[in-house]
Amino acid sequence: MDGSILIGLYIFVLALFAGAELISKVPPTLHTPLMSGSNAISGIAILGALMAAGNAKEMNITSIIGMLAVIFATINVVGGYMVTDRMLQMFKKKEKVTK
Amino acid sequence: MLSQNFINFTYLISAILFMLGLRNLSSPATARLGNKLSMSGMSLAIIATLMVSGLSFKFIIIGIIIGTIIGAYSAIKVKMTSMPEMIALFNGCGGAASALVALSEFQLKGDLYGAGMVSQIGGFSMTTLLLSVIIGTLTFTGSIIAYAKLQGIISGQPITYTGQQFVNGLIVLATVALSVMIYQDPTNITFFYLVIGLSLLLGVLSVIPIGGADMPVVISLLNSYSGVAVSMTGFALNNNALIIVGSLVGASGIFLTMIMCEAMNRSLANVLFGAFGTVSEGAAQAAADGPGGSVKGYEIEDVITVLENATSLIIVPGYGMAAAQAQHAVRELGDYLEEEGVEVRYAIHPVAGRMPGHMNVLLAEADVSYDQLFAMEDINDDFSSTDVVLVIGANDVVNPAAKTNESSPIFGMPVLNVEEAQTVIVLKRSMNPGFAGIENELFLKDNTMMLFGDAKKSIQDLVSHLKG
Repeated sequence: MDGSILIGLYIFVLALFAGAELISKVPPTLHTPLMSGSNAISGIAILGALMAAGNAKEMNITSIIGMLAVIFATINVVGGYMVTDRMLQMFKKKEKVTK
Repeated sequence: MLSQNFINFTYLISAILFMLGLRNLSSPATARLGNKLSMSGMSLAIIATLMVSGLSFKFIIIGIIIGTIIGAYSAIKVKMTSMPEMIALFNGCGGAASALVALSEFQLKGDLYGAGMVSQIGGFSMTTLLLSVIIGTLTFTGSIIAYAKLQGIISGQPITYTGQQFVNGLIVLATVALSVMIYQDPTNITFFYLVIGLSLLLGVLSVIPIGGADMPVVISLLNSYSGVAVSMTGFALNNNALIIVGSLVGASGIFLTMIMCEAMNRSLANVLFGAFGTVSEGAAQAAADGPGGSVKGYEIEDVITVLENATSLIIVPGYGMAAAQAQHAVRELGDYLEEEGVEVRYAIHPVAGRMPGHMNVLLAEADVSYDQLFAMEDINDDFSSTDVVLVIGANDVVNPAAKTNESSPIFGMPVLNVEEAQTVIVLKRSMNPGFAGIENELFLKDNTMMLFGDAKKSIQDLVSHLKG
């Protein structure tokens, strides 16, 4: 096992703990936006997709796979963030009405 | 153009922005800012990647344009009630993207090194590549099935047959065996496509036996899978941004899955393999053991009298509210009563609706202030001191049998103590039992008033009577 893998594993495990810590602070009211928001960031695969599509020079099976990866990842990122924002802007606190 | 170090530094800033984004989700007041921080982290990472030298932009641009159109259109058009389906679909896209990136990496390295691929990229990278393809692919088809079940395209009932788990087990074994063979001979591209085919199938077969009511758990779990797939892709590509984000998403998915399971007092294994929702012997038994008696239907005038004399009200929404699109009418009723001096609160069970927090989103859409929404553990002790509880299209989450009837399939599940209130008004479409097919003795109690009919129409009637 070479060094870069070990560093990768360090990062993975530490991020797992940090993630669990942050997420446990999210109140139940926001669980749907949490889900769609974390879903949007899982579209980070787009970084790999961009490399795959960008390394392909002509139309062949590799470039098609790369382009499909970009399409799917973009749907995930754009759709995920927009829908999360749409939900979050609805959460408002109103002034209490008292008579 | 840019050195690898600079790009990695940019990814670090992105990762920080993602973490800050999650941290701001801890309060509805800052959540929108959090989402924007996360969004800028993503944009930063994308821009940095695009500046890697030697990339040709032709396919990238086509892909981004198509993806943006589809993603933006769906995000703008989707109804709040259909949010679970939408998130399932987006999640499936994420899984597919990870799998495709891994597939492309496999082809690239295969062309480069041929049979010597494993020794060149290392066994660990090879393993993570294979895992990314398998998990990403089954996330894709599993999410599509979850979508179809929620949308009613296929039946929400569990689809089961004899030997189902045996068949699924065989497919898992075959997938593992083929993966080992690819590991030994990476030039065998046929096996690679076979693995993809089996994973596609596995996604379908592992979700069809799960009932529609359990989809919140499935969506959360698939969310976690897509995170794991991204992490695996990150290991294979040696990309720290993917590793970090993948593990954040994996953690969030598992966290929500566990909350859902706890809220139903069931193990994850029971949800995945239990085919809950088929009318079981237990349910039939529970119905037979029921307290007997008859359900009393009330008229709208009876309900008005009770509401007019109340000083405190707790509204308990369930999936029926979403199905009837009644959230706006509910808010109107709540606002009116509040102006009359009634204390109005909402009690939200963790598994009410079709995904975690579903009811909160619908009520927020209808302009209900979020400080009126209470989680089960924060309000459950207050029912006994409350005049009226209004249950709208909820069933199993208010079933006292979960506390008293040991033979009930939902025995042990934490439920809202609505029956402790002075009067319980239940709005229900008909006497059909809920998803789990379980009789609800709450409906038979003396302090329960049943008002049958479409939830939206019933509430609109209530509002017009109260105002008139």
